[in-house]
Amino acid sequence: MPSPNALEHGQHVMTVCNACRYCEAYCPVFQAMEQRTSFAKGDVLYLANLCHNCGECLYACQYAPPHEFGIDVPRALAEIRLASYEEYCWPRFMSGIFRRSGVVMSLAISLVSMALLWMFVRSSAARADFYAVIPHDVMVGVFGLAGSVIVLSMTIGLARALKTFGGPERAAPRGLRDALTLRHLHATGEDCTRDVETRTPWRRYFHHCTFYGFALCLASTTVAAIYHTFFGWRAPYAYASIPVVLGTVGGVGLFVGPVGLLAQYRRRDVQLKDPAQRGMDLSFIVMLLMTSVTGLMLLVLRGSTSMPVLLVVHLGFVLGFFVTMPYGKFVHGIYRTAALLKFASETS
Amino acid sequence: MADRARDNHVVEQVDVAVLGGGNAGLCAALAARQAGASVVVLEGAPKAFRGGNSRHTRNLRSMHEAPTDLLIDAYTEDEFVTDLIRVTGGRTDEALARRVVRDSAGCPAWIRSFGARLQPPLKGTLHLDRTNVFFLGGGKALMNSYYAAADRLGIRVRYEAQVADIELLDGAIRTVLIREPDGLRTIKAKAFVLAAGGFEANIEWLKEIWGAAADNFIVRGTPYNTGTVLKLMLDRGAQPVGDPTQFHAVAIDGRAPKFDGGIVTRLDCISLGIVVNQNGVRFYDEGEDFWPKRYAIWGRLVAQQPDQIAYSIVDSKSANLFMPSVFPPISASTITDLARQVGLAPSALERTVDDYNRAIHPGTFNHAVLDDCHTSGLEVEKTHWARPLDTPPFWAYPLRPGITFTYLGLKVDERARVMMTNRETASNVFAAGEIMAGNILGQGYVAGVGMTIGTVFGRIAGSEAGALAVA
Repeated sequence: MPSPNALEHGQHVMTVCNACRYCEAYCPVFQAMEQRTSFAKGDVLYLANLCHNCGECLYACQYAPPHEFGIDVPRALAEIRLASYEEYCWPRFMSGIFRRSGVVMSLAISLVSMALLWMFVRSSAARADFYAVIPHDVMVGVFGLAGSVIVLSMTIGLARALKTFGGPERAAPRGLRDALTLRHLHATGEDCTRDVETRTPWRRYFHHCTFYGFALCLASTTVAAIYHTFFGWRAPYAYASIPVVLGTVGGVGLFVGPVGLLAQYRRRDVQLKDPAQRGMDLSFIVMLLMTSVTGLMLLVLRGSTSMPVLLVVHLGFVLGFFVTMPYGKFVHGIYRTAALLKFASETS
Repeated sequence: MADRARDNHVVEQVDVAVLGGGNAGLCAALAARQAGASVVVLEGAPKAFRGGNSRHTRNLRSMHEAPTDLLIDAYTEDEFVTDLIRVTGGRTDEALARRVVRDSAGCPAWIRSFGARLQPPLKGTLHLDRTNVFFLGGGKALMNSYYAAADRLGIRVRYEAQVADIELLDGAIRTVLIREPDGLRTIKAKAFVLAAGGFEANIEWLKEIWGAAADNFIVRGTPYNTGTVLKLMLDRGAQPVGDPTQFHAVAIDGRAPKFDGGIVTRLDCISLGIVVNQNGVRFYDEGEDFWPKRYAIWGRLVAQQPDQIAYSIVDSKSANLFMPSVFPPISASTITDLARQVGLAPSALERTVDDYNRAIHPGTFNHAVLDDCHTSGLEVEKTHWARPLDTPPFWAYPLRPGITFTYLGLKVDERARVMMTNRETASNVFAAGEIMAGNILGQGYVAGVGMTIGTVFGRIAGSEAGALAVA
């Protein structure tokens, strides 16, 4: 449940904003807000997930702290966003994790995953042949199970989000485009600010590196699975093969993106951040980074004697990441996309 | 260091000192810097509240002969000047007004040249898409861009620098004494730009004119417009302009903070219902004309009522017909209960509502036109949009006069030079913004013209001061 205070504060903020409307041209949050005269819980959760957490409206606000109205839209909506993750979470008893997660916890989960995988290691002396280290069926079994839980959990979360938002009434491809291009981080024609008057595209670029890097890694694994299952082509694949090229490019993106996002995160104005999300934010970025670093190392050293250890370490991080996915920062992408689809639907 | 400051030994020398860090002050500072002068801006507010009343603005009126990327059709020089003469009832210096209008054409380009961003009119601001360009994000965003540009260009800004004294000799300012948190400081400059606003936030000054009633006024903008610079200059022989007793005020929600409530404290429901004073009696035609044309008279109307308070009352038929307000309405299911809740005599309010309801000639209600719903036979008629108050819940909003700006200012010439009572111009003193707006706006107001005057005269004052200082 969103804490009544965060929700009430969000309603107060939106009431002030709706009587002012100076920020109307900045982003969809204000355009969606103007279509409403009162703000029920579902409205506020929807607006919170539409917000991309830049700083434009805070710095432009005549009512920003220390003004007695104390309007800080990015921060207020960030707090409600976190509450919405807890609200939509499945199974419900996991909802407490969002506020408690952190880098140490994620690393611990990864270590446990490594220990688990180590039990299945068949040969710790194999070179180049991953399945000689961990049998193919074991990989499929472990990751298939984890993947199914993730998909189920996130599907239920998405359904719950759409239910409270009031769902998009019709398919609006524009919403998907806006999500994939992060359009609203530069919809005014210039990039959003991260400081009073500092407009740079880096947060957007690094997010693209991260997201598309992740997507390419996923594509790499999928192609490899198809090769293996339907063509009987066994790994390791040549450096110029599709799975390796996709994985390498994706891995580099997944390295550059998180490193850049970490740097951006450190430089961000504290007024824009919800301190309760620090652990969740950082652990998500660190887990992505560990996945890409160990994956790239595995690629380079796959012929060496350290391959079996590296494989277990890499797969341990991947499994750890998968396990924490539905209960961490990853879900922001799902709910943001859902909100953008609804926005596209209600404004088309 | 601190001791020396307290002893008034810190003297700072600069080419141009700008007193005031609002729109006019920053335009002057930027123009003076572009003229090659070293510049310091003395802003009385702390950084978080910098920018004077400009922080609360959102647009600027700009003439144009043909459609631009932001404005439709044309808004010609003559039309703009005519508008100014109309709203001021002729109380304007036409030469200065024409200068403002002509130079307003270049304002959008000037604003953008410093990285500030403009946008077409906001939704719901009908009738402005031909005349007014809007600041993306509002006036505070504009000020942020100006301050960032000032920083890039090497203009120094002193925050919390309150002017304590002005040394004026033989028509020239020699030094300005400022009080800062760590002590006093003397600023010595070759030229000075006065852009420190009016005196609307100086309740003591307002009381000299309005008596105890001034305690019930709400100041819509910055608490830092205390008129210190204006008063010092008038005391030292500057020539005044504009009615010293008048201010521009609108009726705003009586629950607004004393200062800085800005735009969100407005109420747009007055023409939809009735307005009564503390005696439960109506006192003016609420439906005289469209609200955007009438909101500016209601500040004065409420100021003239007992205890400077009134109540706008509507019923549920009107609930969705006006911009949402930041304060919730006082709501009741009967007029009697509503009266009790707001502290009016129930019998008086009931009588007023009954009389009003009975006097209504039913017509076809249409808030978008001057419709035919009106009363007849009342001492104070309502000439449009008169519908009976008969559908609960009934809503009441308390109204207070909300002062936006004052008209008293310093007389200037076309080069923004401050004129003295001996009819000569001061040699190194220029004025811009609200402190001299009374030259052009003797009374009345038209949306966005304050920012136009500030921008145009800020540029003039800054260029003149800069040129004088580097000559």
